[in-house]
Amino acid sequence: MYKIYLDHVSYIYGQGTPFEKKALDDVSLGIRAGCMTGIIGHTGSGKSTMMQLLNGLASPTEGKVLLDDYDINSRPEEVLEACKSLPPYRNLSKSAAKKAIKAEVTRRRRELCFRVGLVMQYPEYQLFEETVFKDIAFGPQNMGLSEEEIKARVLEAAEFTGIESDLLDKSPFDLSGGQKRRVALAGVIAMRPEVLVLDEPAAGLDPRGRDFIFEGISHYQKTTGSTVLIVSHSMEDMARYCDDMVVMANGQVKMHGNCKEVFSKVSDLSSIGLDIPQITQLMALLREKGMDVPQDIYTVDAAVSAVKRFLETGKGGV
Amino acid sequence: MSDIYIHTEKLCFSYTDADGKAEHPALNGISVDIHEGEYVAVLGHNGSGKSTFAKLLNLILEPTSGKLVIGDVELTGRELSDEEVLQLRRNVGMVFQNPDNQLVATIVEEDVAFGPENLGVPHPELRERVDGALAAVDMSDYAHHEPHRLSGGQKQRVAIAGIIAMMPKCIIFDESTAMLDPSGRREVLNTIQMLNCEHGITVLNITHYMNEAAMADRILVINDGELLMDGTPDEIFAQREILRRVGLEVPQCAALIHELRKSGIDIDGTKISTVEDCAELIASYYAKTSLKQEEQDV
Amino acid sequence: MKGVAFGQYYPAVSPMHRIDPRAKVIMAVLYIVCTFLCKNLTGFIALLLSAILLVTLSHIPLKLVLRSLRPILFIIAFTSVINIFMTKGETLLTPESWKIKIYAEGIWNALFMVLRITVLIIGTGIFLTYTTTPIALTDALEYLLSPLKKIKIPVHDFAMMMTIALRFIPTLTEETEKIMNAQKARGADFTTGSLLKRAKALIPILVPLFVSAFNRAFDLASAMECRCYHGGEGRTRLNVLHYRAVDFVAILLVAAFGVGLFFLNRYGFGYTLS
Repeated sequence: MYKIYLDHVSYIYGQGTPFEKKALDDVSLGIRAGCMTGIIGHTGSGKSTMMQLLNGLASPTEGKVLLDDYDINSRPEEVLEACKSLPPYRNLSKSAAKKAIKAEVTRRRRELCFRVGLVMQYPEYQLFEETVFKDIAFGPQNMGLSEEEIKARVLEAAEFTGIESDLLDKSPFDLSGGQKRRVALAGVIAMRPEVLVLDEPAAGLDPRGRDFIFEGISHYQKTTGSTVLIVSHSMEDMARYCDDMVVMANGQVKMHGNCKEVFSKVSDLSSIGLDIPQITQLMALLREKGMDVPQDIYTVDAAVSAVKRFLETGKGGV
Repeated sequence: MSDIYIHTEKLCFSYTDADGKAEHPALNGISVDIHEGEYVAVLGHNGSGKSTFAKLLNLILEPTSGKLVIGDVELTGRELSDEEVLQLRRNVGMVFQNPDNQLVATIVEEDVAFGPENLGVPHPELRERVDGALAAVDMSDYAHHEPHRLSGGQKQRVAIAGIIAMMPKCIIFDESTAMLDPSGRREVLNTIQMLNCEHGITVLNITHYMNEAAMADRILVINDGELLMDGTPDEIFAQREILRRVGLEVPQCAALIHELRKSGIDIDGTKISTVEDCAELIASYYAKTSLKQEEQDV
Repeated sequence: MKGVAFGQYYPAVSPMHRIDPRAKVIMAVLYIVCTFLCKNLTGFIALLLSAILLVTLSHIPLKLVLRSLRPILFIIAFTSVINIFMTKGETLLTPESWKIKIYAEGIWNALFMVLRITVLIIGTGIFLTYTTTPIALTDALEYLLSPLKKIKIPVHDFAMMMTIALRFIPTLTEETEKIMNAQKARGADFTTGSLLKRAKALIPILVPLFVSAFNRAFDLASAMECRCYHGGEGRTRLNVLHYRAVDFVAILLVAAFGVGLFFLNRYGFGYTLS
């Protein structure tokens, strides 16, 4: 069962201008529900564009984006068609129905934002409130939740992302870079999205900050069983946290599968120009030197046991 | 060993609160010598004081106490004339983190010219410097482009060209690769290496990427405003536990060698800074043991 | 905004584009004087022809030029109405019995005013914004105003501020878009509700935008200091503007046109403005 399905999706920037550029080219892709999926590709491969399509911030030039089999870009006419037969609309005058449907479309669009939470690159730029608490509460407030519910959500989100309670009353602008990033992440998690989409969540953070962020995301995903999509350049991070991987280049999906499958194709990855984890590079080097170690290694732990087994027995033993 | 270019003795710096009351020490007595032509990486997690250190060397910040000597000129313990500050800044250039925030002009070549223009470099030398700097970072084709249309790596290379055009002796890179994608980072790192090797420019690269630090001749690890470690990449990466304690991780390959040694495999652990070195270590260990195995079999 | 050059600058290769920006500023000033020198029908016909000539020389599509008049349509309409109804003359066009009196002089006045404003806008547009990049314009103004430095007016600093503003407009535009998207993703609603509600909805965009602009300003200030910026004193310039003979000829032509208009006022025919 796919949570998200892209059905022959294309996206063209600046159509009809001299700057026209095809960012996505007939992409069909299914994202498994309840999994962490990493999307890798270099700048301009179309991965960031794809992200914006998922919660309706942008809509595809061609094709459909399906969330639980529902086309998120259903046009007003289609919504109208679907609503016409429903009781509340049947008895309305034409203009009132039109108005009601317009409101319905806006409502669906906003609801989509709450269902598919989007964490942009360098999300700390989005902080604006006086206190960390209020900032995290911005999303839930827009959802129209009750005071108690908002409070519960904020505290829950703060816990997921490891924000200590004494930080909640501070101004977000007084925090360190890593803390700001976590507050921004909490601001989206507080909406309890079914799908969490993140663009380079750890960009520019030091190893400690990076681990905090990924632990937070992983914690949220495991506890709520939601679907997580992470767009990143860092294969090493992806290898560590993701179940599935999508490799993109030139607006197309080049590879899709679980991490093991993807990392076993080292030469394909480097021909796309991606940075392979150092440890996978090492394995390739050892194989070149005539040692029979397995190739689909992408974490240090796996490498330790594989190399150890090889050195002790002289066999790769996949 | 070549001459010492930067010499610091017990260099300290404290930030003062906006209301002028509380002081936050950011740097606690750093004593270090950096030689001419060296490529030094300064490592530390965010807030360790590594960026403060860089800002002191460039006189953006003034040390609260301690001694700072750059190229025979002592810069502490007296009032500096404007002339001296300018002289220092042209000798010690700085490239910042955010590529967008350090480009001043709306055309690439005019931005590169900004520094030398400020120094009053006359024509035709000015033109030669700008063209030379752009060629050095391989951006000559973009001389008439607008900076905001360039990629992150390209912007950062333009920023570097702007510094080179002042003909500095030393360039400090203050996390200049942190906001770039892998290809941009590679572009910038290659440029840094080229400046160090071919132009003999002293390089200080402030970073928290271990793979980047591995490219340097020497690594300084700063933690809580103090100099924690000072040595070659091999020496630093050999001390994985200390690095871990201060929130840093050795590169994956070095970690592998550490783990293998820990699990009882007696592999040599002295040269572990690059992938090639580590592969070599494992290969030679394998050759040695399999030889022994054969001897035993015989 | 994306992908569109800032301002009205229209990139093309034309005689007008190639004239030195300082010359163009001078020509623009002279041309403004010309439009006010015009007094009679012959003069205005000459003026209209000159505007057409300018558009042709600049290779700017006429459609684009006319579009620039749209924002001032209201002013044009307003002045013509005022002129038509408020001018008192000798030739009454409306019947005596009407309360509203329209004179032929009023119609003429309105026509001339409309012509004057239109030509003024088109002319300055062609000389300045269409054929000169904002940055070249800044440079030109710095050169032309540099005598003011003697009376302690910080001309260089103003020019520097202009340059930086121009440099950062695209960056900040992009940033605004980014922040808007981020807040929309958190369910912010900018389009519905009362005016007050909509104004309030801007806070989540404006606060981050200001914070980021200030951070950028701090960074830029340090970066400029690091690159030895210390004001305009002792600075050299990479691209120095050089007058060519053709620039002087162009200025002289506009000046000659002005003199011509002056004489047309005396010897021309048709209705004459009082």
